[in-house]
Amino acid sequence: MSGARLTESIGTRFPDAVITTHAYRGEETVVVRHEQLHAVAEFLKLDDDSKMNFLMDLAVVDYSMFGKSPPQAFFASSGVAVRPPARIPDKNPWPGPPGTERFAVVYHFFSTTHKHRLRMVVPVDETSAEVDTVCDLWAGANWLEREAWDMFGIVFRDHPDLRRLLMYDEFEGHPLRKDYPVRRRQPLIGPVN
Amino acid sequence: MENNSTFFTSRVNEALGWARKYSIFQYPFVTACCGMEYMATACSHYDVDRFGAGLPRFSPRQADVLFVVGTISHKMAPVLKRIYDQMAEPKWVVAFGVCTCTGGFYDNYATVMGIDTILPVDVYIPGCPPRPEMVLDGLMKLQDKIQDEHSTGVRPAPEDRPDDLEMEANR
Amino acid sequence: MPIDPTTEVETADAASAPAAESPKPATREMLLNIGPAHPAMHGIVRIVTKLDGEQVKEVDVEIGYLHRGFEKMSEQVDYNGVMPYTDRLNYVSSFINNAGYCMAVEKLLGISVPLRCEYIRVIVSEISRIADHLTSVGATAMELGAFTVFLYMIKAREYLWDLLEQVTGARLTVSYCRVGGIKADLPDEFAAGCIAAFAKTREVIAESEGLLKRNRIFTDRMMGTGVISTEDAISYGITGPFLRATGCDYDVRKDCPYSVYDRLDFDVPVGTAGDNMDRFLVRMEEMEQSMRIVEAALKDLPDGAVMTHPGTGRHIPAAEMVDLGKVGNIGAIADGCAVPGPTLEGAGRERLHTISTDNKRVALPAKENVYGNIEGLMQQFKLIMHGHGIRAPEGEVYEAVEGANGELGFYVVSDGEPNAYRVRVRPPCFAIMSALPLLLVGDMVADIVPTFGSVNMIGGELDR
Repeated sequence: MSGARLTESIGTRFPDAVITTHAYRGEETVVVRHEQLHAVAEFLKLDDDSKMNFLMDLAVVDYSMFGKSPPQAFFASSGVAVRPPARIPDKNPWPGPPGTERFAVVYHFFSTTHKHRLRMVVPVDETSAEVDTVCDLWAGANWLEREAWDMFGIVFRDHPDLRRLLMYDEFEGHPLRKDYPVRRRQPLIGPVN
Repeated sequence: MENNSTFFTSRVNEALGWARKYSIFQYPFVTACCGMEYMATACSHYDVDRFGAGLPRFSPRQADVLFVVGTISHKMAPVLKRIYDQMAEPKWVVAFGVCTCTGGFYDNYATVMGIDTILPVDVYIPGCPPRPEMVLDGLMKLQDKIQDEHSTGVRPAPEDRPDDLEMEANR
Repeated sequence: MPIDPTTEVETADAASAPAAESPKPATREMLLNIGPAHPAMHGIVRIVTKLDGEQVKEVDVEIGYLHRGFEKMSEQVDYNGVMPYTDRLNYVSSFINNAGYCMAVEKLLGISVPLRCEYIRVIVSEISRIADHLTSVGATAMELGAFTVFLYMIKAREYLWDLLEQVTGARLTVSYCRVGGIKADLPDEFAAGCIAAFAKTREVIAESEGLLKRNRIFTDRMMGTGVISTEDAISYGITGPFLRATGCDYDVRKDCPYSVYDRLDFDVPVGTAGDNMDRFLVRMEEMEQSMRIVEAALKDLPDGAVMTHPGTGRHIPAAEMVDLGKVGNIGAIADGCAVPGPTLEGAGRERLHTISTDNKRVALPAKENVYGNIEGLMQQFKLIMHGHGIRAPEGEVYEAVEGANGELGFYVVSDGEPNAYRVRVRPPCFAIMSALPLLLVGDMVADIVPTFGSVNMIGGELDR
């Protein structure tokens, strides 16, 4: 089934769940509300036309600094006005971040029967950073969600064992968030340098 | 006969140094990419066995040189310190690869910027990863150091090494 | 689940033993910690097992001991600066990571690379894959006692690393790919070197097969241990040789072809039983198939050097020219033509258009142009200077390549700045390690060694 028809079928089946869809660089993306995340995921896994038996990846993106990185002050002292180069033009531009929410949980699906991929983006608000788990559908989601909790602080409801995966238990904070400074160390032993 | 006894002890010490430097039992504490070059050094092409250091002992109690190979993260650091503490004297530490020397280019929340912040290091082998020839050069420098320590009797005293850092209670 | 060390297990006999006989003592399960520092050569991981005698009852795997913050660092440096970090993901087959990342960024930019560059990427990827499988199989064999096989395979790996060094300049962490192309063209004697190295590699593989394939000890330890079914493997997200050994033939190179894999003819070995022996056999066969791919690619390799603009003027080594120019001695270099030094061999002006895209906003110009004319200098400036660089359009992209362990995916999000906004790696062995409890429970302690060996866990990729 072609990608566009796949997103259409999700749209017809869950009209109030889908916020938007697009196909940037040939990749079908569907943005879904987090309340219906589990229902849509289950549909994608079990429906014969999508048959997404693989949950390839679960990533989280923190959109709080999107387009807002501090301006490069390299030439500020010289007084020379240096314009940054123009962006490489894009014939089919990307619609932009999936919403005003801070986080977006991004699921990548793949089907071995139909050989098609789909990206499902679930915007998550900062104040209530909770979504449903999909561990009951794909066993691999267990560790992927643990890593998302560890690195970003997204809580997955009904996860059997939500604890840190890559960082040690005494670590405070969620390192991949944009407000965590890259060099802030919390060593267990040794100096903080 | 003071000269004679000094002569004998120093000769015995030198012989001991010679024996120790040519029978190094390494504990390869392999974590990352440098482990591949460590494997290459230990295998038949760049044989490290011809230096007498060919037998890795996978227990710290039986080893005398701790090769720290690869990046040490803050999660791994207490484990490394514990392994080092479990080794019996005389022991030496080789920092293999630039991640162990200074932290490499992983200057972030997760990496120890140089294991000499937690252990006393004897030989630093930089490189990312170092070529096996560099590793063998480092090993030969370690052997010279071992020989010198025994010949001259000077070993950096524990007070000269970085302070024993307090580990938080039993991990 | 974290293992609770205080549960007790009572043997069945204790309750039902007749009063006349002495009752069997209640046994307790033993907690065995195969700790982060362990003899297996694969990487640091902590496997906490609960044993009932020799049988493994419960397993909890703790990873993260090599977490080096790849994803955080890739937000601090520009697009090409991420290349050395990607090398050190799956460090045994480092070019495949380079290629995957570059392909993802090129997809985001919407540019394509010349055909010769695609072929060279395929060739170097497959050589890296062979090196990875040699290391994996060799290490597994060594842990089961076959030290000779390990030495033979590392010897074969040295021949391949010699080849890689001729091409890329480095043995292990190559950083050979660039966004928009590769660093330099293949050296002239590469094809001959390849044939010689492959002949020796094939000898080594044949010897190792002879030593292991029908060896009673090896087969007894590997057959029937670490079994996983296809449904379980897919549910965990396992791909690569691990999945193919269970019977599913998903290979990214065949099913979602990228680069020039659709023009090359090769087979994908598929196993049946999903145990350690099948994984061993799949990897051995994949090495042969990879060599087949490289030989086919070398035959089809489009032409390389074409002299478009022969440099006129006196040839001056580039370093000298720069030094003279810096002190203002323009008169001495006005009629000169820069000749780049030996480190830029293969990336000269006449070859650059075959190995790198001609999009001026992405790829660096030839050094002769940088030193020779103002356009080259400006292009170099606009790409190198801090605050400038490749400015990808806003967007997100996911690109998957077939790594040595399975599908290696890169999800890159850009916000138009010179640095990437988010780079996420989908590590193939992450899924396999999450299924490790399933693989180990039910087997004996001694089976942990071959199973963990056949997982081919690479710490750099697992923990990033």
